[in-house]
Amino acid sequence: MTTWAVDLANVGAVYPWIGYELIMVLVAVALWILWHVLQLRHENEELAEDIRLYGDKESIRKALDEHPH
Amino acid sequence: MGDQLSALTTVFTEFYYWVTVVLMFLIHIGFCMYEVGASRRRNHIHTLMKNTMLIPLVTITFFFFGWWIYWALPNGPWLFEGKGLILDGATGATQFGPASEKMGTNLGDRLTGVFWAAFLLFSWTVASIVSGSLIERVRSGAFWIIAVMIGSVTWIIDAAWGWHFDGWMVKLLGYHDAYASGVIHAIGGGTALGVLIVLGPRLGRFAADGTPRDFVPHNPWLVTIGLFLIYTGFWGFYAACNVPIISPATIAGQITGETWTATTIYLTPTTLSAITVNFIMSLSGGLLVGYLVSKGNPFWTYSGGLAGIITASAGNDLYHPIQALVIGGIGIYVAYKLHYWVERRFKIDDAVGAVAVHGYAGFLGVVITGFMLWGYPSSPFEGYAAINPLGNFIGAIIMFFVLGFVPGYAMAKFLNSFGLLRVPRQVELMGLDFRTLHDEQQAREDVRNFEKALA
Repeated sequence: MTTWAVDLANVGAVYPWIGYELIMVLVAVALWILWHVLQLRHENEELAEDIRLYGDKESIRKALDEHPH
Repeated sequence: MGDQLSALTTVFTEFYYWVTVVLMFLIHIGFCMYEVGASRRRNHIHTLMKNTMLIPLVTITFFFFGWWIYWALPNGPWLFEGKGLILDGATGATQFGPASEKMGTNLGDRLTGVFWAAFLLFSWTVASIVSGSLIERVRSGAFWIIAVMIGSVTWIIDAAWGWHFDGWMVKLLGYHDAYASGVIHAIGGGTALGVLIVLGPRLGRFAADGTPRDFVPHNPWLVTIGLFLIYTGFWGFYAACNVPIISPATIAGQITGETWTATTIYLTPTTLSAITVNFIMSLSGGLLVGYLVSKGNPFWTYSGGLAGIITASAGNDLYHPIQALVIGGIGIYVAYKLHYWVERRFKIDDAVGAVAVHGYAGFLGVVITGFMLWGYPSSPFEGYAAINPLGNFIGAIIMFFVLGFVPGYAMAKFLNSFGLLRVPRQVELMGLDFRTLHDEQQAREDVRNFEKALA
């Protein structure tokens, strides 16, 4: 928009980049899928690290004593 | 918006839905508090984040394709009347797709955004129903994929079919479910049950002889406030299910005269006043019977109130308040008894009773409505089947099993086949928050030791 000297009855969409909606959507969809990929990878690493550091019987028993509820 | 009346009607409707959206946000806060309160302390951060992050994920996917599905699929699985996908015309899906100009700031359309947001909050709710039942052992990443499935795909398909003025289930079956006993609650409970069967119970939940052990909520007060907040948000949910003001000429159906009215999602007349009374009466019926059947157990008393509303919701646009009261009471009685029978018989560990409170009560509510409103018109338009017991029974099956249980079970199986569904045994035992709590404890000790050295 370059001016508000208009009859609002004749105004529709006013956001920037009108005409590029599909491209914006495609980029956003790609980012959404990437988010899941990164999250699952991160979660796998976290769980593996938890087991590596504290997954032995003694550590688990100690954890249960420290946080029983 | 060319004259004052149409401007006031439009802006009132816009503001009306906006208020419902804000109120419905309380449902999500309530679910979070409830789940965190019901979990054990060593799992509460994981539990909170699991439910919180469904908000952005369901939101963006509902924007990408959920809203489009609602407007494209009312013709149903076999493309009712051969019309196929509804893409064009006044209610065609193309204009509600993510690339449509109506979805952005648009001075020519003041209602699509708030209407979208109201539906989105329903989407959060249905995903949140599943969330609670899986706590303390499901992987967050798996849950979020399930949340997108139900929040932006399966529930909105059922809404297109049975919660749309043009839906094939309404036309062909006379399906009636005004405040979503089936389209939100039965599908949520059915999906949760499907996932739970694959996920399995929490370690130690059942003794070797099959006797269930009680996993006590770490904070019953958080559970209580959470359920109160869910009740509060439910008011907004009820209001959001209505069209607040519309003229017979706009409906363009069989209603005659000039009297403007509020309507249900099917454009059948009701009043905000009526649904307010019926909401409170069904809540009361659920609380009263929930207290009795559970012998004063607070968890089941509060859940009883919720199940009472859910059971009466399908017909609360038309019921008498006494009917809403009694139906609410029946709902929690059946849900409570079924919950414990299923738990003992099949060793299902539903941590918050979501399958019972939402699934069984929602299913029952749809079935009861078929009998109670038998013969009432399902629509203001000509050619639609009248409300009837068989149509609503088939509808309840579609909601709970076809679009709820089956996709939930299939998705859980798929995720499980990649080892993504459940946290490893060791992590479940030590607690899903163990490393966070451990690191926090170490940080505190570091600071304390440093301060001691300074003293």
